Amino acid sequence: MNKFRKGDKKGMPAISTASLPDIVFMLLFFFMVTTVMRETTLFVDVLTPKATEIKKMEKKSLVSYIYIGSPVKRMQASYGSAARIQLNDAFAEVSEIQEFIATEREARDEKEIPYMTTSIKADETVRMGIITDVKQELRKANALKINYSTRKGDY
Amino acid sequence: MASSRRGLPEINAGSMADIAFLLLIFFLVTTTMDVDTGIARKLPPMPEEELQEEDPQIHAKNIYVVLINTNNQLLVEGELMDISQLRNGAKEFIDNNGRDANSSENPEKAIISLQNDRGTEYMTYIRVQNELAAAYNELRNKAALNKFGERYDNLNKTQKKKIRKMYPQKISEAEPKNIGGDS
Repeated sequence: MNKFRKGDKKGMPAISTASLPDIVFMLLFFFMVTTVMRETTLFVDVLTPKATEIKKMEKKSLVSYIYIGSPVKRMQASYGSAARIQLNDAFAEVSEIQEFIATEREARDEKEIPYMTTSIKADETVRMGIITDVKQELRKANALKINYSTRKGDY
Repeated sequence: MASSRRGLPEINAGSMADIAFLLLIFFLVTTTMDVDTGIARKLPPMPEEELQEEDPQIHAKNIYVVLINTNNQLLVEGELMDISQLRNGAKEFIDNNGRDANSSENPEKAIISLQNDRGTEYMTYIRVQNELAAAYNELRNKAALNKFGERYDNLNKTQKKKIRKMYPQKISEAEPKNIGGDS
């Protein structure tokens, strides 16, 4: 009996935590590398439609986003619930898109301009009218590469 | 010598884990892992006004007309169609190769014309775009398997180019019209 009791007390050595920082640092670096900071606050609700034939978007730095959807709950009091366009951090009218594309272009290197893509992130319940208007404006601004943002999923 | 060694006491690294944890939690919270995916399309350039282009002569049989109305219904080649049948319909049309006299002559000449209403739901529009893209992808895959014994995605650049030339994706969107209902 005595033997066992002795064993009990000595059988629990403290686990060395010396390598804990290493493990945590490893995780930290993983998240630091994969992280993408959210640049804009969304004022519109966007749930993109589902699709199967999707492609990953390359070169995120060359993508400009246009959000289309109805304003979020807290904004509905002042903006109503009709679908609106959001560019950067504010609501915008269709006519402002050309200007938006121009500023986006100025921020990029001249060589990269032909590779710039415009991603349309529109809610699935939005009507095509507003999207068609946006597309027409993009054509006028000669930003012809577009991407309809979608989720992966089957019907 | 002995004194200089004593002058450099070891820094206590016990709190390093805490600091690292703090940073880790910060990045965990701010991280968004979603990869942006979507259907890539190219818009046609704006027609120049003074330069009135004459319409290129395209036989009506080489055009596959897809209309979507305000109620998200499809009218394909003059007939009502369910979206689930669109993929096969488009595939048959593209890969007709002159079998049916009223369908396309060959895949290179086949054009899909898509027109939607201002009141059409975006979801339906994307689904139609998706089905049409799927039709082309399936045909390309089949051709790639026949010719190179590999799926289209696994081919190298020149092989992909060849397949793309066999099945060029020609989806034309008509200038928008407001047929029925408001947006």
